[in-house]
Amino acid sequence: MEVNDIIKPENLVYHKPALLKDCTMHYCPGCSHSTVHKIVCEVIEEMGATEYAIGVAPVGCAVFAYNYIDVDMSEAAHGRAPAVATAIKRLQPDKLVFTYQGDGDLAAIGTCETIHAANRGENITIIFINNAIYGMTGGQMAPTTLLGQKTATTPYGRRVDLNGYPLAISNLLAQLDGTCFVTRQSVHSPAAVRKAKAAIRKAFENSMARKGTSVVEIIGTCNSGWKLSPVDANNWMEEHMFEKYPIGDLKNV
Amino acid sequence: MAKFKGAVVIDEERCKGCNICVATCPFKVLALQKKEVNNKGYHYAYMENPDACTGCTSCGTVCPDACIEVYRAKID
Amino acid sequence: MKGNEALAISAIRYGCDGYFGYPITPQSEVLETLEAEMPWETTGMVVLQAESELASINMVFGGAACGKAVFTSSSSPGLSLMQEGISYLAAAELPALVVNVMRGGPGLGTIHPSQSDYFQATKGGGHGDYHCIVLAPSSVQEMADFVWLGWDLAFKYRTPAMILSDGVIGQMMEKVVLPDQRPRRTEEEIRQQCPWALNGRKGLRKQNIVRSLELDSAKMELNNIRFQETYRTIEANEVRIEMIDTDDCDFLLVAFGSMARVCEKVKELATDDGYKVGLARPITLWPFPYEQIGAVAKHCKGIMVAELNAGQMIEDVRLAAKSTECPIVHYGRMGGIVPNPEEVYEALKAQIINK
Repeated sequence: MEVNDIIKPENLVYHKPALLKDCTMHYCPGCSHSTVHKIVCEVIEEMGATEYAIGVAPVGCAVFAYNYIDVDMSEAAHGRAPAVATAIKRLQPDKLVFTYQGDGDLAAIGTCETIHAANRGENITIIFINNAIYGMTGGQMAPTTLLGQKTATTPYGRRVDLNGYPLAISNLLAQLDGTCFVTRQSVHSPAAVRKAKAAIRKAFENSMARKGTSVVEIIGTCNSGWKLSPVDANNWMEEHMFEKYPIGDLKNV
Repeated sequence: MAKFKGAVVIDEERCKGCNICVATCPFKVLALQKKEVNNKGYHYAYMENPDACTGCTSCGTVCPDACIEVYRAKID
Repeated sequence: MKGNEALAISAIRYGCDGYFGYPITPQSEVLETLEAEMPWETTGMVVLQAESELASINMVFGGAACGKAVFTSSSSPGLSLMQEGISYLAAAELPALVVNVMRGGPGLGTIHPSQSDYFQATKGGGHGDYHCIVLAPSSVQEMADFVWLGWDLAFKYRTPAMILSDGVIGQMMEKVVLPDQRPRRTEEEIRQQCPWALNGRKGLRKQNIVRSLELDSAKMELNNIRFQETYRTIEANEVRIEMIDTDDCDFLLVAFGSMARVCEKVKELATDDGYKVGLARPITLWPFPYEQIGAVAKHCKGIMVAELNAGQMIEDVRLAAKSTECPIVHYGRMGGIVPNPEEVYEALKAQIINK
């Protein structure tokens, strides 16, 4: 059978979700943000939620998420996405409301809003991309940067005495009575992508069932910030990130 | 047991040549162009070894930029 | 009824969709009244005590992005925290209502009344070239009325509106006539009136995005030009001022909010002594009534601007009178002190009438 005999509409088994716009994303080659945008679109499509999904974009690399994910979306000031999403969901309880935030947005400047939204059990989903670095501003230390990890502001590696410890904020969030589902996933392999997608689906369903706050942390790579090739970055992540941030459900009630 | 044969169509202009699909493909079907580049200057991915493709969708699933369509047909 | 309470009840009756606030003296009665009224049981209005003023204003941002009638209230230090969010509201062209029941600053300052946030309220406050429509109530009745006016203007021009009150007006008890209850708008009405609002792509309509970020400077300048055009329209149409006996006055008092009430008494004292004193009370602090005050400055012999601050609105009065020779002086108390009419009258005589 020739290639041209296979490439027929009836044989199509995987394609770009229609909800992901046709424009090229601004992310660096191999960036995990792109993969997560794609699976968010897939889940919204599969749930048939296009007409009632509302997203909140962060400040950081994903600041332009609304240029790619074709649902109603709001910008939020740096760190404030959970507050913005709180109001959107409380005022429109029948909508699917999610935030999309990076580690600086969620775990540094927005820690207060994140913890309190989760503690109130707002019926929103927080998608949290943890790549242990500030990508947008040029690779500075994030709250989640590993000890010893080199960044633009820890050029000799993160030191406890100078910079404190990496913050596993999802573990904190799992302690709160308001969260119903806290999980940590990644998107570096086909199996990981499928699991991450299932987690996002579950989180979205929780939000619609008003079970409380769902948090899907995705350990991602920032190959530009880490100064590695995309494939090497995936390998580095498996070797180093998963030890501090183990993959799996932290809470599932 | 039925056997499957696959093929992929890569959106060359969307591809950023990140090489993740190449590293992920279990059957070493894909490679990056060595000389050819797209309009953004990336060495985009292509099927170097199309006969080995089973249409498993691994490449499409991991592709960050959703550039890969995967097709799969049953071989009689 | 207290000013803060009247404001809260009036908001429910407007058909308000949501309130987000954080306790701070002297405005906590707004949140307390709303929680006690439980409007979520009657109109479906959301009331939420947020974790900070920063969260409150960003919740207002989220609600406004949905085309909902939402508001927050606070007092001076809380407003400082909110400035980021107000700048974002202005930049995203969102209608919202923000209430400042001012207390004395700077810093943590005092819990007593002040008007020292005039600059912050009228000149921007946050970053970037923007304005809020600023309404200054001087009675409990106006605390109630300006909630409706504020939202109407905010929705008309898609810009944040602010009620700039102070501890006197917020805490003072007066008789008030409250409006009848109006129903909250339905989603369908919001879809028609606010086609930009985030409520989901029903019928697969085009995606709505609420944003202020624009990395293309040429486009960002066009955005700014559009904002400025809106501000010019507001300046042309929405100036409000109460002018009392100003047509043929010899001396003019200019004051807003609680200080205008003190100045009404000052005017009475002066009238009893045979002086022709007028009172100009700006109701909109932005847009400022330059023309109306400028017209009086042309024929009167002196102007005293009385404020509970070190001299803020006086800068706008000077601009209003810039083409005249009319002398302009300031009388101000700070730190939460509200003067009695006699001492203001003495100052008026010493600095203007007998000069």
